[in-house]
Amino acid sequence: MTKTGFPDARVLGQDVPRLEDAKLIRGQGRFVDDIAPPGLLHAAFLRSPHAHAAITAIDTSQALALPGVHAVHTLDDLAPHLADTRLVVAMPSPSYRLDLHRPVLARHEVVHVGEPIACVIADSRYIAEDAAALIEVEYDILPVVTDCEAALQDGAPTAHRNAASNLVAEMTIAYGAVEDAFATAAHRVHEKLWIHRGGSHSMECRGLVAIPDPVEDRLTVWSSTQMPHAARRLLCDIIGLHERQLRVVTPDLGGGFGPKLIFYPEDVVITLAARLLARPVKWIEDRREHFISTTQERDQAWDVEMATDAEGRIQAVRGVLIHDHGAWTARGVNVPQGAVSAMPLAYVVPAFRMQIRAAATNKVPVTPVRGAGQPQGVFAMERLLDAAARAIGIDRAEIRRRNLVPADRMPYETPIRTRGGLPVTLDSGDYPACQAMTLQGADWAGFEARRATARAAGRYRGIGLANYVEATGRGPFEHVSIRIEPSGRIFVATGAAAMGQGTATMLAQIVAEQLGADMSNVVVTTGDTEAAPTGLGGSNSRQAVMAGSSAHAAATRLRDRVLDIAGELMEVAPADLEIVGRAVQLKGVPQMRRTLAEIARAVAGQAGFVLPGQSGPGLAAAEELVIDAMTYANGTAVAEVEIDIETGEIAVAHLVFGHDCGRAMHPRLVEGQLMGGIAHGLGNALFEFMAYDDTAQPLTTTLAEYLLMTATEMPRVTILHMESPSPLNALGIKGVGEAGVIPIGAAVASAIDDALSDFAIKIDRLPISPVDLLARLDQAVGG
Amino acid sequence: MTQHHSITLHLNGTAHAVSVEPRHTLVDVIREGCGATGTHTGCEHGVCGSCTVLLDGEPIRACLMFAIQADGRQIRTVEGLAHGTILHRLQQAFIDHHALQCGYCTPGFLMLAAGLLEADPNISDDALQDGLSANLCRCTGYVNILRAVRAVAAELRA
Repeated sequence: MTKTGFPDARVLGQDVPRLEDAKLIRGQGRFVDDIAPPGLLHAAFLRSPHAHAAITAIDTSQALALPGVHAVHTLDDLAPHLADTRLVVAMPSPSYRLDLHRPVLARHEVVHVGEPIACVIADSRYIAEDAAALIEVEYDILPVVTDCEAALQDGAPTAHRNAASNLVAEMTIAYGAVEDAFATAAHRVHEKLWIHRGGSHSMECRGLVAIPDPVEDRLTVWSSTQMPHAARRLLCDIIGLHERQLRVVTPDLGGGFGPKLIFYPEDVVITLAARLLARPVKWIEDRREHFISTTQERDQAWDVEMATDAEGRIQAVRGVLIHDHGAWTARGVNVPQGAVSAMPLAYVVPAFRMQIRAAATNKVPVTPVRGAGQPQGVFAMERLLDAAARAIGIDRAEIRRRNLVPADRMPYETPIRTRGGLPVTLDSGDYPACQAMTLQGADWAGFEARRATARAAGRYRGIGLANYVEATGRGPFEHVSIRIEPSGRIFVATGAAAMGQGTATMLAQIVAEQLGADMSNVVVTTGDTEAAPTGLGGSNSRQAVMAGSSAHAAATRLRDRVLDIAGELMEVAPADLEIVGRAVQLKGVPQMRRTLAEIARAVAGQAGFVLPGQSGPGLAAAEELVIDAMTYANGTAVAEVEIDIETGEIAVAHLVFGHDCGRAMHPRLVEGQLMGGIAHGLGNALFEFMAYDDTAQPLTTTLAEYLLMTATEMPRVTILHMESPSPLNALGIKGVGEAGVIPIGAAVASAIDDALSDFAIKIDRLPISPVDLLARLDQAVGG
Repeated sequence: MTQHHSITLHLNGTAHAVSVEPRHTLVDVIREGCGATGTHTGCEHGVCGSCTVLLDGEPIRACLMFAIQADGRQIRTVEGLAHGTILHRLQQAFIDHHALQCGYCTPGFLMLAAGLLEADPNISDDALQDGLSANLCRCTGYVNILRAVRAVAAELRA
C-alpha cells in the first residue's frame, strides 16, 4: 500500500478509484460542446486581423442577409442592453497606471489580433462562420507595440492610441537594507534573463451554451469556466439580472490550467444573445481562437543581482522585472507580483528589492497559466544562485543548502505580503531535507562518472537543480454543504469547480471518511451556482486546501449529528456508535444498527408531528471555513540532460522531483498532478513558444507550430515525497496542482550550463531551442 | 456548399442515415448527426488527435476527413469499445493506471491505442510509444497512458 499521512483512515490517503472515470472512460462525459438543447443556435465571432487599428466602419448587412443567420451583433447592437460596455474585472491593486478594461466587443479600436468585433448567430456554426466572413470592417492601421521592453522606452508607440504610455502598472516589493548589503558584499552576481511562457492549451478549448427559460424568465449558462460564481456575478451585473435569473454551471471541463478562470467578452455576448433571441445559443472556441483570444502568459525580462558573503550566504537580491501584460487587464498584476513574490521564498534573503513594471503590448491579455509567474521567479532566483556558486567556487547544491530556510525556523514569517496584504509566512516543511532527498534520488554525488561515460561516447551530459516554494490554498474560504437525504445517499455541493484533477473524488474521500467510508454513497456536485450559494472556484492550487477543509469540518459536524440522533433512536450513548457503510451501528454489535436512510427519515419531519429526540430537523451541515493564510508547498527538481553539440538536441535523461505537499489525500492523484505539471514545465523549458512577428501577428496558431510535449519527449521521471503536514488546516494538506511546473525550467537550464561548461555557455532565456543552443555553441567556439 | 447529400455512416455497427453538406467534417457528423459525443475536437487541425476514430480499423483524425468520404464505411468510436457493463481492457487499464484526468483526450487515445494493438498485437515498446506520440494530452504527462497501454500490450503478448 502507498505510504500515507492518514494512517488510521479508511479512505483518506488511499488510492481509491476516481468517481469521474466511469463516465469519462466510456465517452459519456458531458463537456460543454456535448450540450445540445432543442432549437440550439450557433455563434461565430469576427475577430480583428490586425494587432492595432482604428475601426472606422462596420457593415453587417451582407452577413445578416445570409439565409440561416438569426442575428449579427456589434457593440452598437448590444450596448442598449448592457450596464457597462466594458468588462471591469481587474483585481484591486494600487499599482495601476492605466485602466485597460476590455470592451464587450471592439468598436472604435482593436488592440490585438483576435479581439472580437462582432458575433454572428446562425442555424449552424458553418453558416455562422460563412456570415462572419461577410462582415465588412474598415480599419486604419496604427503603430504596434510588440515587445515589452521596447514598449517602456521613450518615444515608443502606445498599444492604445489614447494612452499616455504603455506602463500599465508599477510596484516595488522591498524590505531590508539592500544597498548596504550590496556595498559590503563579498560577491555580487548579475543576470539579464528573458523568460517566455505560453498558453494553457487545455485539450478542450473554451465554450458556453446559454439556454433561456422563457417560462421562468431565467437563463442557464453552461460554461467551461473555473469560476462559475464569479461568472454569474459579472454576468448579472453587466446584463442587469438578479441571481435567481441566472444559473452558471461548469460541466465536465477538458482541462483548465488558468485561463478558464478569466471572464471573457464571449461570455457576455453569448448570454445576452440567447436572451435577446429567446433561443439557446452555443459558442465553442476553436483552437485558432484559443491561440488569439484566450489569455496566455508570455514574456518577462528580468535584470537581477544577488549579493552574498564569502561563504555564499545571500545578503540581498535586487532588480527590475519588465512584464508583458498584453493589451488589456483581464485579471490584474498577479502574474508579475506572483513571480517576484516566489523568487526568494525558499531561501533566507535578508534584503530584497524588486521593481515590477508591467507593459501594455498589442497582444492577447496575460493572466495566470499553471504556475502563475512562479516558474519565472524561481528561474531568476536559481540562475542567480548558480552564478553565485560559480563566482565563489562552491557546489551548486551546497550554496542552496546554506541558504534554504531551515526547518527549525518554521513557521518562517517573511516581510513579503500577498496580493491581499497578508504576511507571507512559510508554515512548515524541511527544505534542506527535501533537497538532500532529491539529490540522493538523483545520485548527484555519483554524477561525474556518468558525465565521463557520456563524454567518452561523444555526448555532453550535465546535471542541474532548482528549488521552489509554492503559495497554495488561497483563501478566504470555499463553500461545501453536505446533506444525507431519506434515500440514505450523501449529497455534497461545493463552490469549487472541477477542471479534471479529480475534485469530486477528493471531496468524496473527505466526506466518506467521516460518514461511513462508502465512496459509492457520495454524490458530489461541483461548479454549479444552483447547488452552492457561493464559491470562489478553481485557482491558486486552492481547492483541496479550501474546499477540502470545509468538507472536513462539515462532515465531522454531520457525523456527530448522525451519531447523536442515532443514539437517541437506539437509546445508546453516541460514543458507542460508529458509521460503517450506509448504517450506524453499535461498536462490536453490528446487528444493532440504523441505516442512514432511517435516520434521515426520522428527522425529515412530518407535518404536525414532533421530531424524535432533541436534535432538530434534517441531516445537513454547511461550512465556509475561513483560512486567510496560504500554505506553502516546496520541492526540489534535479534534471540530467544530454546534449548533442552537432544538432543542438537537448535530451532530458532523468528528472527527479522531490516535493512536500503536506499530507497526500490520494497519492496517485498527487503524482498525476505533478507529472502533468512536470510535462508542462518541460514544454516551457524546451518547446512551447507563442511567436509573434514585428507587427504583432501571431505566428504559432496551430498545435503543429506551437509545440506541446508528446509521449516521445517525456523523459524518465522519478517523484519522491515528503510529508510536512500544514498546521493551517485540520487535514494538514497543501496544494499540488501547479507545483510540477515551477522548478523545471530552472533545473533544465542549470543542467545545460553544466553539460556545456567547456564552452562557458550560460542559459539566460526560456525556452531553449536547439537552434538557439547551436547559435550559442557557434559563438562559443568562434565559428 | 449547402447542397445536402444522404449518406450512411456505420458507427459501432449501427447504420446512421444522415444528410450532410460536402463540407461537413466527419467528427461534426459523428457528434451532431449521430449524437455520439464521446469523440472530441481539440484542434481541428489534425494535430492533437482528440478526434481519433477507427475507420475500417485504421486510426484516423475525424476532423481532417469529410463525412461524405466515410459514406458506407465502418467507423468505431469510444462508445463502441465496451460490451455492456464490461469495459474494453484498454478502458480498464486507463482507469487502473490513472491514465486519464480531465478525460477530454481519452477517447482519442483509446481509439489510437486500440488501432495500434489490433494492427500489431506484438508491437514493440518503442513503436508503441512512437505511435502514441501522435496524440496530445495536457493533464497526465503521458507516463500513465504509456503504462496503461503497455500493460494491455503485455497481456496480449502473454
